[in-house]
Amino acid sequence: MKVRILLALILFVTFAPLCVRAQGYSVQTNNAILIQNATILTITHGNIEHGSILIRDGKIAAVGTDVKASDGAIVIDANGQYVMPGIIDCHSHIAVDGSVNEGSVSVSSMANIADVLNPDDISIYDDLSGGVTTANILHGSANPIGGQTIVIKLRWGKPASELPFQGALPGIKFALGENPKRSNFAPPPGVEPRYPATRMGVEETIREAFIEACEYKKQRDDYNRKKAAGDQDLLPPRRNEKLEPLVEVMEGKRYVHAHCYRADEILMLIRVANEFGFKVRTFQHVLEGYKIADEIAASGAGGSTFSDWWAYKMEAFDAIPYNAALMTERGVVVSVNSDDAEEARHLNQEAAKSVKYGGLSANDALKLVTLNPAIQLGIDNRVGSIEVGKDADLAIFNRDPLSVYAVVQKTLIDGQVYFDREKDIAARPALGKEKQDLLAKEKKASEEKKASDKLDANPEKKPDQRKKHPQNSEDNAAAVAGGS
Amino acid sequence: MNKVLRIRAATYQVIALLLVLLLAFPLWSQRAASVYAIKNAKIYTLAEPPIEKGVVVIRDGKIAAVGADIAIPEGAQVIDAVGLEVYPGMFDPITQIGLNEVGAVSATVDANELGDFNPELIAATAVNPASAHIPVTRASGITEVISAPGVGGFDSQSSGIIAGQASAFNLAGWTMGEMQINPSVAMVLNWPSIQTSSFDFSTFSMKEKPYEDAKKEYDKSVNQLSDWLTRARHYAQAKEKGSPDLFVRDLKLEALIPVVEGKLPVLVVADEARDIRNAINFCTKQNLKMILASGAESWKVKDLLKEKKIPVILGPTERLPEQEDTAYDKPMTQPSELNAAGIQFAFSSFGTSFSRRLPQYAGTAVGYGLSHDEALKAVMLNAAQIFGLADQLGTIEPGKLANLIVTTGDPLEIQTEVRYLFIKGQLTSTDNRHKHLYEQYRKRLAPAR
Repeated sequence: MKVRILLALILFVTFAPLCVRAQGYSVQTNNAILIQNATILTITHGNIEHGSILIRDGKIAAVGTDVKASDGAIVIDANGQYVMPGIIDCHSHIAVDGSVNEGSVSVSSMANIADVLNPDDISIYDDLSGGVTTANILHGSANPIGGQTIVIKLRWGKPASELPFQGALPGIKFALGENPKRSNFAPPPGVEPRYPATRMGVEETIREAFIEACEYKKQRDDYNRKKAAGDQDLLPPRRNEKLEPLVEVMEGKRYVHAHCYRADEILMLIRVANEFGFKVRTFQHVLEGYKIADEIAASGAGGSTFSDWWAYKMEAFDAIPYNAALMTERGVVVSVNSDDAEEARHLNQEAAKSVKYGGLSANDALKLVTLNPAIQLGIDNRVGSIEVGKDADLAIFNRDPLSVYAVVQKTLIDGQVYFDREKDIAARPALGKEKQDLLAKEKKASEEKKASDKLDANPEKKPDQRKKHPQNSEDNAAAVAGGS
Repeated sequence: MNKVLRIRAATYQVIALLLVLLLAFPLWSQRAASVYAIKNAKIYTLAEPPIEKGVVVIRDGKIAAVGADIAIPEGAQVIDAVGLEVYPGMFDPITQIGLNEVGAVSATVDANELGDFNPELIAATAVNPASAHIPVTRASGITEVISAPGVGGFDSQSSGIIAGQASAFNLAGWTMGEMQINPSVAMVLNWPSIQTSSFDFSTFSMKEKPYEDAKKEYDKSVNQLSDWLTRARHYAQAKEKGSPDLFVRDLKLEALIPVVEGKLPVLVVADEARDIRNAINFCTKQNLKMILASGAESWKVKDLLKEKKIPVILGPTERLPEQEDTAYDKPMTQPSELNAAGIQFAFSSFGTSFSRRLPQYAGTAVGYGLSHDEALKAVMLNAAQIFGLADQLGTIEPGKLANLIVTTGDPLEIQTEVRYLFIKGQLTSTDNRHKHLYEQYRKRLAPAR
């Protein structure tokens, strides 16, 4: 059976096991944390040797060489270590419950990834271990116009309701080329192939949807205008879940993240966007972006690409590892993304490749996974650099994060430690024992069941061995309250 | 024609000649100089401690001499490598380079034959020497690879149980005849894993299967495998002792003879501990020479691997833990664990387009505890030893094939560049499709702002 790369990717995402690997180490918000003695890679204000970062109420309160801890601040000594802004992954499919693709229709804008966030996806923890703090969770690329998308923070251990990045504009996935035209995906037996099957059809699908959306917007605007003019005898137009997000796109309330590969299809979408008066916020993958970097820069779109993936399909055959650097050189805001729960664990390494391929400076390379994706997602006022007032989303490495040898030691979000390598390692013996105990218990239970099945053949009264469900005692409640 | 024009014409002729020479300067060439000397370099021979400032002499495709005080032969093309470092070229021991051009385009993929038992197939037969992957990969310092049929990676697919013979070759040459190191270094055996869940394409979801059913399928496959080996043994006997008049050649059984005789190793692809144990027990019982490939859960089987002296070709460190309760960093710490246990291993990409990430995989393992020396061996020397090619490859020693790289620094670091590349003793270009596209489109864009 052929397992193609994208399906494999989807598998990673869709069937990532529930967490039993790791505990959340989130420290409840302390008033103050001081990270001291570190090399601080601020991204916007150069590097600070032997610097400190004071965090208060989840925000960066001070940065510099002369920062003093306030009373009661927790001190993290990062001597010899490097602190960079938390990594932002502009293309991710982690934390999604079930498939990321509503592939049955050509326009699936009614589907929303925000409805299926899964806070138990172990990939959240995996990616935290690579210093990722924010991710743009996208719908799949099966449709020219795909589902709605959401930016999350990787608040491992928190419920789904606390994952979204508050204040980040929602998005919608568009997709061009081989995936929406289903080139590499044969429909299952008995299922008709779905329109479109060509790049012409992809363009037509998008234009058609926006023509509909314009009509819908007009109805709605007419209604609002008449209502505002005092007309009482009106029926509001029926709300259209498919077209509503497209209207939001045209009103600038929702970002378009467009999956694309070839230069021609990128230019196509720029034309269509101009026709309907909206802007593409990011071109995703955009592996041939280097061919038309000037046109992309002029359109105002960002480019979010892979470091060095190529040749896995036809439209990726002209992909080059110089893409990020060359687009940057031409004025495009560029990020390097993962599209994969594993690749996200070393985006710092992937960023380093643009130093080798295309000669970006170290700081510009780091921007590819910090400030630039923040700009692309419209959250650069909150994250993406180490500056006073920004969210305390940080990754602490044991050495320069552009080195292949750098290992993440701690990852903080909103000033809370969500990943701590030392604690993870320290917890392993206890977790191992817990597993062995559970296995032993399970084995014992199954043996007892076998024995009791025998007894059942010869019935007699057995003592009630059921344990009482643990009560939510005062102690328990106090412990919960005391921890916050 | 006036004088000015004539001079201009002459100038054009010179330029044209230079251009022709430039174009004719081959990506690699048998006709280029046959004696080279690399001087003033820090040389990591991997056989002896590094030479701080030394000379490597290359003659007729082989390393002729290496050391601190080596005389540079007259007529040698000299490369002054001051500030640079010399290493043996890297060896990616499981790839589909040449067999797989564009993963999703089946017309460009020759890696996966139909049928479960194809021992007679040889990768070298179908490797395309003009593949764009070859120059791209060697530009990252990988000088030789093994292409293996039927072994899936990130950009490739697995197929069959006995998928065919893996072939070792240099990443430069006009024909396979010129590139070839050894067309048959191992027999690929995709170990029939006991799979209780599989992906169902009709519903696009995982389908669970009872263990008993999965075990039945597994037993059936292993029995078939045993049958093939038994038949191969009988065939070998018949070939040796039977009457030539009555003997009918069978390509499949013939190909299995070196396997059952323990001469050709089986490259057993398995990841889960249960499968690895089953495979080791099977190979022991059948007297097969086993090399474990991929081996995500080798760390659970260290004792057995050590006891049976089975080497491991490790899949990328860039993978997620196999089980939900496996430590998050296990794929990165495993190399150092295997090394501490005295198990021989080499890194591999198991890919085509990802082959150039080989040094990154090794470097990541260093971050998580493997010594730098061991990491270098695990991308340069160990695979050569494991596949019986260490007499030709893996170190910078006189008499070995001159496959070596001259770098701007640590070859495992992402930012390090390969300045010069020698394959079979020829100075080989680092030009490739990606550089060409970069330069071509850079020209298209207006002058930088």
